[in-house]
Amino acid sequence: MYVAVKGGEAAIDAAHKLLALARRGSADVAELSLDQISEQLGLAVDRVMAEGSLYDKRLAALAIKQARGDLVEAIFLLRAFRTTLPRLAESEPLNTANMAVHRRISAAFKDLPGGQILGPTFDYTHRLLDFALAETENQPEAVAPPASADANVPMPHVASLLHQEGLIQPEAAEDETAPVADLTRDPLSFPASRSLRLQNLARGDEGFLLALGYSTQRGFGNNHPFAGEIRIGAVEVEIVPEELGFPIAIGTITITECEMINQFKGSKDVAPMFTRGYGLVFGESERKAMAMALVDRALRASELGEEVIAPAQDEEFVMMHSDNVEAMGFVQHLKLPHYVDFQGELVMVRELRAEREKSLQSQKEEKSHV
Amino acid sequence: MSKGYNFAYLDEQTKRMIRRAILKGVAIPGYQVPFASREMPLPYGWGTGGIQVTASVIGPNDVLKVIDQGADDTTNAVSIRRFFARTAGVKTTERTSEASLIQTRHRIPEQPLKEGQILVYQVPIPEPLRWMEPRETETRKMHALAEYGVMHVKLYEDIARFGRIASSYNYPVLVHGRYVMAPSPIPKFDNPKMDRMPALQLFGAGREKRIYAVPPYTSVKSLDFEDHPFEVQRWDKPCELCGASDTYLDEVITDDQGARMFVCSDSDACQERQKGAA
Repeated sequence: MYVAVKGGEAAIDAAHKLLALARRGSADVAELSLDQISEQLGLAVDRVMAEGSLYDKRLAALAIKQARGDLVEAIFLLRAFRTTLPRLAESEPLNTANMAVHRRISAAFKDLPGGQILGPTFDYTHRLLDFALAETENQPEAVAPPASADANVPMPHVASLLHQEGLIQPEAAEDETAPVADLTRDPLSFPASRSLRLQNLARGDEGFLLALGYSTQRGFGNNHPFAGEIRIGAVEVEIVPEELGFPIAIGTITITECEMINQFKGSKDVAPMFTRGYGLVFGESERKAMAMALVDRALRASELGEEVIAPAQDEEFVMMHSDNVEAMGFVQHLKLPHYVDFQGELVMVRELRAEREKSLQSQKEEKSHV
Repeated sequence: MSKGYNFAYLDEQTKRMIRRAILKGVAIPGYQVPFASREMPLPYGWGTGGIQVTASVIGPNDVLKVIDQGADDTTNAVSIRRFFARTAGVKTTERTSEASLIQTRHRIPEQPLKEGQILVYQVPIPEPLRWMEPRETETRKMHALAEYGVMHVKLYEDIARFGRIASSYNYPVLVHGRYVMAPSPIPKFDNPKMDRMPALQLFGAGREKRIYAVPPYTSVKSLDFEDHPFEVQRWDKPCELCGASDTYLDEVITDDQGARMFVCSDSDACQERQKGAA
């Protein structure tokens, strides 16, 4: 006698216990501390903060630990926490020209005010496994900061240098008194403003943006980019409390900023000039900032009178599919039971097959009569 | 109840925003109201829309039933029921008749619902025209103009190709003679239950950020043609557990020789009937 499957509750409890065990791994190995994660897996923490859109290293490290190192799962954990937080204030626009830079490069000019600073980059490492790192006693030698990293040396944005000559399209400020758009508080609708697109991209999945940015380079919406400038460093976040009426700094965050300089051939009414794509990401994430800048520029196609033909230029396509928390949930919901719908399909397919069989049979009979 | 969180998880401002969307949905039956869906502690696609709707309408005196595939003990139903037991401390039940609020995925209970009950559907894709037109900007226009030709063409093409309308679930309906609506992936077997249902029907799509509603006693018509009227699924055999011949059946494979049996998908209705027979 068949008894309907029961025991969902017990199964879930057991699964949670197994997960806790698997998370801990072998008890012979010391447990990871949050400090270890945020100090030694800093780029993982940065990615979780960026796509979780919450700047909190400790919580991001906790999320990574809880998610067993699955960064998208960690991003989800952080988002589900973030959504419960009250919105206390809107910050003033970050002044990235005043960034305390620890990396700054331009691929457009050989040298420029403030200089090129490589900083701690993977770029010129040879990707050879360093077996010495397998040992746990590693104390790298100290490095003196480069003279150009002196906070007193001004480091203007490359784009502002081009702007002096009128060679680059000025960034038209959207109405500064208007409330800042926030796709976490208002449902997305199209067409979206550029600031909303940038918010979406800043939270968007790095892999998705990387692939889209790459696609523009391979001809699906090419926008002839130059990495005008990439800078990584610390900036102050300021808010204007209503009772004070002037800005005060509430903290410092590390961000990566990328300004792509893109060709624009001009039109009947506009002289040829350069245009920009912009990327800004929490923490150190040059790859994402660059990809974001490529996609931002691609999404400006219709604004600049370019034909929208490629996925990266299509605002609805990009914005509706960039969020990895949404995407991972919906893709993985396929593992939930669907037996009711599947039963509907089974009934349908069986009936269709039976009908086909019947009509083939009657055709055969007709033929044999002839 | 969980410490550090508001009653039923969502903060009151969010609930107010969602209730406004629900009221708008009730006022315009079948119209998809955009709302600022929140990230929930459950994944998108796993009922976040339904959970937000439930969290916004639930009160401390409500009695909650949660079903998935018609059953109360499927893992995701257990998980959502626990979520509300934990965050709202409400009484839960498996009995359709005892529940004031029922959250469902993929089924409508077999027992007819009454006035005063609320049925909350979890909706993956709220847009019935999505498979014909992927763009939201376009489908919103089509709804605004009641331009539903593509849907009828699709149904017609089914008939031309298969001799019948080949949708067995999420079968499109026309609500109150105006909006074409996705009933969520319930089997078409359940569609007739939606028509003039005495209970309030609310639909939440979290990832897609849409809420819609069918107020009590509203007409819900499954789309069809005069010469190809709407039909529901039928089985040759009754439920092997309770003997019902008028319910939706699940097929269970019982061995590796292809032996199978058919049992009610609505576990509460099945058990009640078995008790009644005993």
